[in-house]
Amino acid sequence: MAEPTIFDLSVAGRKGITFPKADVPETALPKGFVRGKLQLPEMSEMEVVRHFTSISQKNYAIDLGFYPLGSCTMKYNPKINEAVSRLSGFAAAHPHQPADSVQGNLYLMYSLQEMLKEIAGFAAVTLQPAAGAHGELVGTLIIHKYHKDRGDHQRTRILIPDSAHGTNPASSAMLGFEVVPLPSDSRGNVDLEALKGLCDDRLAGLMFTNPNTLGLFDENVCEVVKTVHEAGGLVYGDGANMNALLGVFRPGDVGIDILHFNLHKTFSTPHGGGGPGSGPVAVAKHLVDYLPDPLVGIVEEGDEENAPLYGFIHPAKSIGRIKSFNGHFGMHVRAFTYISMLGKEGLRDVAEKAVLNANYMQQKLKGTYTLPYDRRCMHEFVLEGFWKDVPGIHALDIAKRLMDYDFHPPTNYFPLIVHEALMIEPTETETKETLDRFVEAMQKIAEEARTNPELLHDAPHNTPVRRCDELKAAKDLVLCCYVGDDWPGEIV
Amino acid sequence: MLVPENLKYQKTDEWVKVEDGIATIGITDYAQDSLSDVVFVEFEIDVDDEVKVGDSLATIESVKAAAEVVFPVSGKVIEVNQTIVDTPEILNESPYTEGWLVKVQVSDESELEKLMDAPAYDAYCQDR
Repeated sequence: MAEPTIFDLSVAGRKGITFPKADVPETALPKGFVRGKLQLPEMSEMEVVRHFTSISQKNYAIDLGFYPLGSCTMKYNPKINEAVSRLSGFAAAHPHQPADSVQGNLYLMYSLQEMLKEIAGFAAVTLQPAAGAHGELVGTLIIHKYHKDRGDHQRTRILIPDSAHGTNPASSAMLGFEVVPLPSDSRGNVDLEALKGLCDDRLAGLMFTNPNTLGLFDENVCEVVKTVHEAGGLVYGDGANMNALLGVFRPGDVGIDILHFNLHKTFSTPHGGGGPGSGPVAVAKHLVDYLPDPLVGIVEEGDEENAPLYGFIHPAKSIGRIKSFNGHFGMHVRAFTYISMLGKEGLRDVAEKAVLNANYMQQKLKGTYTLPYDRRCMHEFVLEGFWKDVPGIHALDIAKRLMDYDFHPPTNYFPLIVHEALMIEPTETETKETLDRFVEAMQKIAEEARTNPELLHDAPHNTPVRRCDELKAAKDLVLCCYVGDDWPGEIV
Repeated sequence: MLVPENLKYQKTDEWVKVEDGIATIGITDYAQDSLSDVVFVEFEIDVDDEVKVGDSLATIESVKAAAEVVFPVSGKVIEVNQTIVDTPEILNESPYTEGWLVKVQVSDESELEKLMDAPAYDAYCQDR
């Protein structure tokens, strides 16, 4: 049965809260501030609680079970992060407070910048970007300004490998760059010959994800960076997969110029509806002056008795402010906590366990499912979700059937260069028992595909909502928007 | 998978049929099957446009992915199948008949020699 929305449950006149009698004189709001009648649902408190509790119980979450959603890195969010972020000094601080009244918060931001610099091998970091794609936009703004300052106006092309996240071409196109696709070679690396053929004086840069979305470490990374640099371009590193590299490999050390982090992937801050995200951007020495304004810095050195004074510093050739206030500070607190709790060795352990778990599953599953790039993987791997001898079964059917086994499905149909892709990322915190249960479910499903394909076609069977009509969802767009009677705009 | 004998094929999964100097162009059965349910079709060209091999013809969006369709021949666009825009499911149902995309007055028929015939395209798809 479809869950009613909160608006369906509304009854005119029902109230959840009664305000105390005002102890100040009442006055009407100035006319320009009144937006007319807001169509808010009218319910009692208990009804609201039951509604949201009921929905939450139908949800699936990392706190309930295995969530191998490749590329998204749905890692466990440690509860200490939540406890720390709720300390009143963090939670109740106002972004307009004078800097000298929030020295602890600025210290935390400064320290996180320093930690990220060291982890990835860069010269400076901004914490402003709201999430990964916003970080990409910052990166492309920096690439654009860097070439402009040098008078290199003809550099209008950005190369994007065909395995890239869709946000890479989107971010480049937003800046007006021409997006040029770059093919992968038979081992899943960037095709070096193709790259060399595209490197000329029109090249602004390359956006490069390593490990790439096939879960493979690009074996040509040094050659790729050198080739782009020799042609006068910059290399942007999409750090979505930094999870696999912590304490092992630093992108800055091989000459990558710019890199974004996803705190909500690599550093365990919440994802999706539990977010917001956070996408700090790191740059090498020659790009420090282009970072967004302001950065957190030491404005007055300390001595033996006095702590340094933290405040805001302003990069000389900055691309400007790109986010209100100081980014998603609550996420900075969580990431700082995560990094501090783990320490250097702990972070390396994260990468090693993530890679070990993925390789364990890859090896267990590769006989049952086709592994198109049969190489040791990093933190994730991509299988083909179909068999030539089982017509009519697609990756989507396998993904839906997994829900009947109480697992979140892996990412499907991405990356685009793998036919019927199933992209599996176990993350570092899962036990061997959980990995084995998932492998067993995948093997059972492969058997069911041959013996009882309808089980897959009709899946999921055990979830609150059965198979959704994705075609209808994409075609018949129904967007409800409640606006006041005196809304000045036009409703389209 | 259907691969009609009388058509020519491009690696990027477009088919073309030339009659009296007019090329009809569409996407193959393999392409529609890989895309699954097509949701939107957006043409990148208009009638009377001069186009070259490899130029963008349309963007097709399905529930799974978005794909670019490119011209397999050069020439002048003489007709665009606007029915597809309102009923994109035709592409899934009849990619070789009602699902044609555009008609082009071909400027150089020798370009057709670079395209695959049916057995070659069939073998190419089997290998993927």
